Amino acid sequence: MMTSSPQKKKGKKQPVASLFIFLAVVAALYGLAFLLAPERSIHALHFGLKMLSRLAPILMLVCLLMFLLNLFIKPDWIQKHVGHDSGLKGFLIAIVSGIISMGPIYAWYGMLKDFHKKGMRPALVAAFLYSRSVKLPLLPLMVYYFGTVYTLVLSFYLVLFSAANGLLTEWLASGKKAEIARRID
Amino acid sequence: MKEQKQKTDGNKVFESARKTVKIFGRILPNILAIIFLSGLFIEFAPIDRMTNFLGGGLLADALTGATFGSISTGNPLISYVLGGELLDQGIGLVAVTALLVSWVTVGSIQLPAEMQSFGLRFALVRNILSFIFALIIALLTFITLQALGVTLR
Repeated sequence: MMTSSPQKKKGKKQPVASLFIFLAVVAALYGLAFLLAPERSIHALHFGLKMLSRLAPILMLVCLLMFLLNLFIKPDWIQKHVGHDSGLKGFLIAIVSGIISMGPIYAWYGMLKDFHKKGMRPALVAAFLYSRSVKLPLLPLMVYYFGTVYTLVLSFYLVLFSAANGLLTEWLASGKKAEIARRID
Repeated sequence: MKEQKQKTDGNKVFESARKTVKIFGRILPNILAIIFLSGLFIEFAPIDRMTNFLGGGLLADALTGATFGSISTGNPLISYVLGGELLDQGIGLVAVTALLVSWVTVGSIQLPAEMQSFGLRFALVRNILSFIFALIIALLTFITLQALGVTLR
């Protein structure tokens, strides 16, 4: 569970085999699909390979970014700027970073997990993930399909709800709700 | 002194590279799983038959739109094209907006990977909230556009 204390996570390592469970399940699904509909499953595999080749440069870019952040950004900086006491500034950093981040959402899981271990607030992890719904490069296309006003209104609500999603996720997932309820009792 | 500093810098670079490879190596199987699961999903899921399930009123349509958006994957551009087509077919703006928002905020396909990275509770809570927010944002967008006197089609 994502806890509010980064220290709690130390010493708790995921077994290597468990990292491959999801991939094994997907491989099994392909096996099943191949038995039921061989042509369509090969088509699906081709699609996956095409997607992988398209995403490879983005994944490499994320990898490079992770390397640079590991090299230059220290846990102190993370705790100060996106930690528990980062306040509004932390949300601004998380939301703006989410909006300008590229590639698929799952490419960022590794980096965010590492940041959380170093002290990033869970609310800001959730806010980052939610704000990725505002797709800057695709905004002109959204304007083309739905108009400028619709695009502006929707983008405004998505940004606003990024913060709400972050706060509520942290509140409900970290057990703070139970903590507050106990205090009231 | 200078030599020692260079050695320390070299160690830092090596340590950072080692850490990056370790973190990325741990997340890579999940990334591959999501990519190939998306291939299966796009081939087998009946997203183009969504219109069969619509037409049951504002909230029911919003729920349908959000549900389809939540189980869908792929470039958001696909959702724009689909949303535009649905609007042309007379499907309400609330349903279309719920589809667009949940498409990019709820990650059913990525859920196992998100659970492995951030924990089951965090991933579930975040995605359930994102689903609820897709409905709320769809309604708010609809109300705001009405208040501004803007119609899309």
